[in-house]
Amino acid sequence: MTPKLNKATRHTSQNEGLIFEKSSPGKRAFELPPLDVPTVDPNALLGTQHRHHGVEHFPEVSEIEVLRHFTRLSTWNYAIDLGMYPLGSCTMKYNPRVNEFVARLEGLATEHPYQPQELSQGCLKILRLLERCLLEITGMDAITLQPAAGAQGELTGLLLIRAYLEKQGNARRKVLIPDSAHGTNPATAVIAGYEVENIKSESHGQIDVEKLRDLVTEDVAALMITNPSTLGIFEQRIPEIAEILHAKGALLYMDGANMNALTGITRPGDFGVDVMHLNLHKTFSTPHGGGGPGTGPVAMKKILEPFRPVPVLVEKEGGRLALDSNRADSIGRVKAFVGNFGLLVRALAYILAYGPGVRQATEDAVINANYIRKNLEGVFDLPYELPSMHEVVFSDAIQKKNGVNTMDIAKRLIDYGFHPYTTAFPLIVAGALMIEPTESESKEECDLFIEAMRAIAQEAAENPALVKSAPHTTRVRRLDEVGAARKPILRWKPTDKPEGKLHHAHKTPHPEPTPTV
Amino acid sequence: MRYLPKSPAERQEMLESIGVSSAEELFSSIPERYRLTEPLKLPGPLSEAEIIQYFKERAAENSSGYASFLGAGVYNHLRSVITDVVIQRGEFLTSYTPYQAEITQGTLQAIFEFQTLMCQLTGQEVANASMYDGSTATTEAVLMAERLTGRQRVLVARSLHPEYRDVLRTYGRNCGLQLEELPYAKDGTLDAAALARSLRDDVAAVVVQSPNFFGVVEETAELARLVKSSGALLVVAITEGVSLGLVKPPAEADIVAMEGQSFGLAPSYGGPFVGVIASRDKFVRQLPGRLAGETTDTEGRRGFVLTLATREQHIRREKATSNICTNQALCALAATVHLTLLGKEGLREMAQQNLSKAAFALGELEKIPGVRRAFAGPFFNEFTVELPRSVKLVNAQLLEEKIIGPFVLGTAYPELTKHALVCVTETTTRAQIEKFVAALRRILERPL
Repeated sequence: MTPKLNKATRHTSQNEGLIFEKSSPGKRAFELPPLDVPTVDPNALLGTQHRHHGVEHFPEVSEIEVLRHFTRLSTWNYAIDLGMYPLGSCTMKYNPRVNEFVARLEGLATEHPYQPQELSQGCLKILRLLERCLLEITGMDAITLQPAAGAQGELTGLLLIRAYLEKQGNARRKVLIPDSAHGTNPATAVIAGYEVENIKSESHGQIDVEKLRDLVTEDVAALMITNPSTLGIFEQRIPEIAEILHAKGALLYMDGANMNALTGITRPGDFGVDVMHLNLHKTFSTPHGGGGPGTGPVAMKKILEPFRPVPVLVEKEGGRLALDSNRADSIGRVKAFVGNFGLLVRALAYILAYGPGVRQATEDAVINANYIRKNLEGVFDLPYELPSMHEVVFSDAIQKKNGVNTMDIAKRLIDYGFHPYTTAFPLIVAGALMIEPTESESKEECDLFIEAMRAIAQEAAENPALVKSAPHTTRVRRLDEVGAARKPILRWKPTDKPEGKLHHAHKTPHPEPTPTV
Repeated sequence: MRYLPKSPAERQEMLESIGVSSAEELFSSIPERYRLTEPLKLPGPLSEAEIIQYFKERAAENSSGYASFLGAGVYNHLRSVITDVVIQRGEFLTSYTPYQAEITQGTLQAIFEFQTLMCQLTGQEVANASMYDGSTATTEAVLMAERLTGRQRVLVARSLHPEYRDVLRTYGRNCGLQLEELPYAKDGTLDAAALARSLRDDVAAVVVQSPNFFGVVEETAELARLVKSSGALLVVAITEGVSLGLVKPPAEADIVAMEGQSFGLAPSYGGPFVGVIASRDKFVRQLPGRLAGETTDTEGRRGFVLTLATREQHIRREKATSNICTNQALCALAATVHLTLLGKEGLREMAQQNLSKAAFALGELEKIPGVRRAFAGPFFNEFTVELPRSVKLVNAQLLEEKIIGPFVLGTAYPELTKHALVCVTETTTRAQIEKFVAALRRILERPL
């Protein structure tokens, strides 16, 4: 059988060892301007007990070697810039390059967080405008831009809830979390000093509202909900859920990881959410960068405003903006300085590019997910049939009959030139295939993806071994993860370099993968 | 809209294929009364040129044209254009966390190299793939010490960055940590006698920064001996990584938490930076965050994977070592490229220039009547001077000369209102130092 490799083809990539293996004393890649003051004797100034004579085994290479080294490594990566990256829950959308450009402007990238605020009005205006935009998008009353990522946003949100409840005399004991939630939710609740009570989803994958009614007592501080859920489904009874919580004095936290399904369509502030975080590296296009940096602003209702982390952006007389750290009820700082400013710049640039037209992005994201769903339904098992929003979750139930699981299908997708979807999450779907195309994919790219998935389903039926041993076209085949964890090698050491290994890496051509077709 | 790759006809075709007549229908699961009927009130849409114009206008409202003597956790250092060239390659910039190892070997090997560089720098045995920043890395180090010792009391140097102490308080409050402050001695180092008095067998960690917030290099080796005798762990925070080009790393510490901003990252009004956490091999299972490890593929070739994930939230949920998920990967890559460029000699030379310029600046400042070095302890590129009057007032007058004055220690230390934390790096020119010294002399000569 000939796989339809319509998107990808093989090409040569360069072998490259670790940078430490290229090092040779005396080479350099960086030269400083000459020192314009008298040089000093470090022994005399620091004292010999503090004096260090150079970091041992630090690389010594030339500039061209550094550039080639990292360029070669980069070619071993898949990226949004190369094609569709349908990782569910991750919102891998186009990262506009103008955002990178403006974040690096002299006068923005160069600014020090402690410089006088009268010399920072440009920075503060950017923060102010972003705050206003995000409040309009979420329908909330107040916001903090400080948290460094979604998980830190969650923590900030729970600390706000805790502070609010404490002020009323009882911080309460428990946070309720659905079994479909991201792992960060329970991990965060523990750091905020709460016990986690997991709640099982009902048969359609939604919050079991009847059960919730029993679970919400005056011991419950909050429910953390992801909406749309990690199944890509809108929690239809969310206003009612909010009422149940509010009736017992508990609050509703919304994980905004999936805000790409809602922006411009509906607002969490309008349907009963008290506090939520946004992942600017998802919905608002700041680049994932191989795992960060992110930003996790937290938007909230008025009741939580007094507890915001410091510093708080305030407007003084004459429209002058200032950072206020003198707030009696604040939960304190969650990280140093004002936040990941450079990313806030990028997110604002993204919002300005769309303006009110951001609704079109949301619509296109939902169209893409539903188009893929429609064209793969039946080929893959759809465990929950409620309408999909920005992502669709299938299971590997059909392919499992031939011993092919979601990870195998994901790995085979690599051979077809795509990054895999999210595998085995959410946990409430056995063998999940979680597909989030985002609005950045054309019909053509979606069609190629559908074609690839259909071809793999056929392979799984006719030649499961081919799928189970995928990928066949990558630089490396499946890697020994068990071995990596059993005997962890987490850094290079000079003893790891037997004579000749370096040459071996260079001179031996990359072995051809086993023919697959 | 230029970011959206669909023509109206294609959109229509897709809607027909789905079996709906309009996009609106796809949102029918949202109760109607919560669906917006009006467009959001957002500024825009703006073209690329207008976006650039908007941000250039904002940039012009900031501090361009001023010389600065601020450090205090964020430092101006030379950066090579190569670093930006590498991190703007789409294959790094627009790639996700490397969960699919076969097509993210580039990111994984770069993380492995970052972990190695951080171990070499800090004198530790293992480092993770990154934390948010120095402040949260310090907090995570303390939480790690709590798990390792099963103790709750934490002794924190008053000379630890005030914002790091704030973050530690925010996190520690609900984890049952009891934070106690350790004073500084007359020479600016940690008061070892006070430490000895406070150390008992219920202390989880002692947290010091070196060089500390006043710029003074701590006797970490000696402190480690003292701390160890009580069974507590020594956490050393580092805000200025370039110091490690000349100052011995705190190899005796149990956990090192470092801010990596000095390694090729712009000040950017406070972020994004990169936090480093490094420790001993025997503590690896209590490390927070991601780790890349070396392994082999089915054909025996070297490759890298994320490993020891059973510590992490996506596997362990409420039993994880931390809630961290997204970290600062691209910033870690920038630091890796930058340090690779600098290399052994470049880092040493950069450190030597910092030390020389700071020594020169202090020498010039001390010539001004009434200005004196506040702490006798050794310093790297920051030092504290005491002025004959309020630093705040002096700084206001320095601004008139286009100089952003030193950090006002009084904002965080009420006992130090006349104390200024002066920072000088290799980017500060002799001319700037001389201009600053001359301006300060003039200001101090004026009557109050």
